[in-house]
Amino acid sequence: MNISNQEYGELAKRVSPPSSMTKTIPMAFVIGGAICVLGEALLNMYQALGFDRDNAGALTSMTLIFLSALLTGLKLYDRIAQFAGAGTLVPITGFANSVVSPALDFKTEGFVLGLGAKMFTIAGPVIVYGISASIIYGIIYYIFKVLNGYV
Amino acid sequence: MAMREGKTFRYSNASILSYASVAGKIESEGPYGDEFDEIIEDNKGGTETFEQAEGLFQQKALQHAMDKAELTADQTDLVFAGDLLNQCTSSSYGLKDLYIPFLGIFGACSTFAEGLLLAGAMVNAGYVDNAAAVTSSHFSSAERQFRFPLNYGGVRTPTAQWTATASGAAIVSAAQKPPFIRAATVGKIEDMGISDLNNMGAAMAGAAYDTILRHFRHMGTSPESYDLIITGDLGQVGTDMLCELFKRDGIDIEKKHKDCGLLLYDREKQDVHAGGSGCGCSAAMMCGHFLKHVENGDLKRILYAATGALMSPTMVQQGGNIPGISHAVEITFN
Repeated sequence: MNISNQEYGELAKRVSPPSSMTKTIPMAFVIGGAICVLGEALLNMYQALGFDRDNAGALTSMTLIFLSALLTGLKLYDRIAQFAGAGTLVPITGFANSVVSPALDFKTEGFVLGLGAKMFTIAGPVIVYGISASIIYGIIYYIFKVLNGYV
Repeated sequence: MAMREGKTFRYSNASILSYASVAGKIESEGPYGDEFDEIIEDNKGGTETFEQAEGLFQQKALQHAMDKAELTADQTDLVFAGDLLNQCTSSSYGLKDLYIPFLGIFGACSTFAEGLLLAGAMVNAGYVDNAAAVTSSHFSSAERQFRFPLNYGGVRTPTAQWTATASGAAIVSAAQKPPFIRAATVGKIEDMGISDLNNMGAAMAGAAYDTILRHFRHMGTSPESYDLIITGDLGQVGTDMLCELFKRDGIDIEKKHKDCGLLLYDREKQDVHAGGSGCGCSAAMMCGHFLKHVENGDLKRILYAATGALMSPTMVQQGGNIPGISHAVEITFN
């Protein structure tokens, strides 16, 4: 080849169109925001029904997770996500979608080695590093408390 | 007649006896949708899984081609088959009930050209009376193996390509009637340093450039010698790069160049980003469209250079690049 990999890489970069941020960012804001508005509405609704704030919060999360799982099963979530981008990826609904979609997909390989084993292929790393990060955060928090004489 | 020209194989006695294509629903809604022999609308084709469905696509494509050639499976001497799945799953499971001597091949999306090249060589050498080449790809089985679950709400980048749900089959026999297979150049593995899984076109363009250029040199031809130069599935990014690479050498390929990945879908209306890809993409376009036009003489001489990204998810995760490959087959009316 009469072109170096570096030169070739530059050519590839030049002709590869980037994602249009003027489209993706507003869409993510609008749809992600709409999901949060729905969350707030649910929270208010559950509180109005007489649940305390903690329980209303848990019920809100459960409802959003349920709706996301349902829409994933109906093959609608990924279609909305094509427009919403990070707007459907970041909220708790995105997390539910990342668990439900492999579970549906790998059902054909059986309930144990398929569904069970593959269910957390996407969410697994998020859980692992999410928990790890929270432990490290907890330790730092504890050290600060000790240093400040609270313990 | 010499068996080779430089490192390009020459064929004196190989023609494509029959060819057929099977495509899925989205492909049937593309600009060439009515040219395929059979459309299977159901993503699973009435089977239990996407992998079984892909096998069915391949079986049906080959069956259609054998029917057109009036050959039974018993009379078919050899089949070269390939697909994108591990262990060439769709080929071996899809064709197992036909009991045709079978050679599984892998060249990623370049596999159909590889199959034609090998089938032509076996016929030309006289080992067999006829040999089939068949390949397939299926959007859903490929996504499951290479990318994300189907209903996962991830967003594809503009450079990503859409794996075609399609299959194409051709049966090569001793030269009787057009389309004739006249020459073929085997591709070299080209690692251009591209590691973006969502930019296969860029990973493959270098290989296409190298193979086409070598084919020109060995055959003493130029883009003007051909009615069309058809690449497999470079998509928009790879196509732009290929033209640019030739431009550096002062060769204008743009006017003669077509890319199956850009033709299979209507990119304005269908959300396929940079275009189609997969072993079935160029196989279906060749068997559904281009070979017809060589057979009836609209196209006198074409160069079909299918392109493949020899991508291993494991190697990419380990920090490796995506090597590309392209095999060229020259097909003529005379």
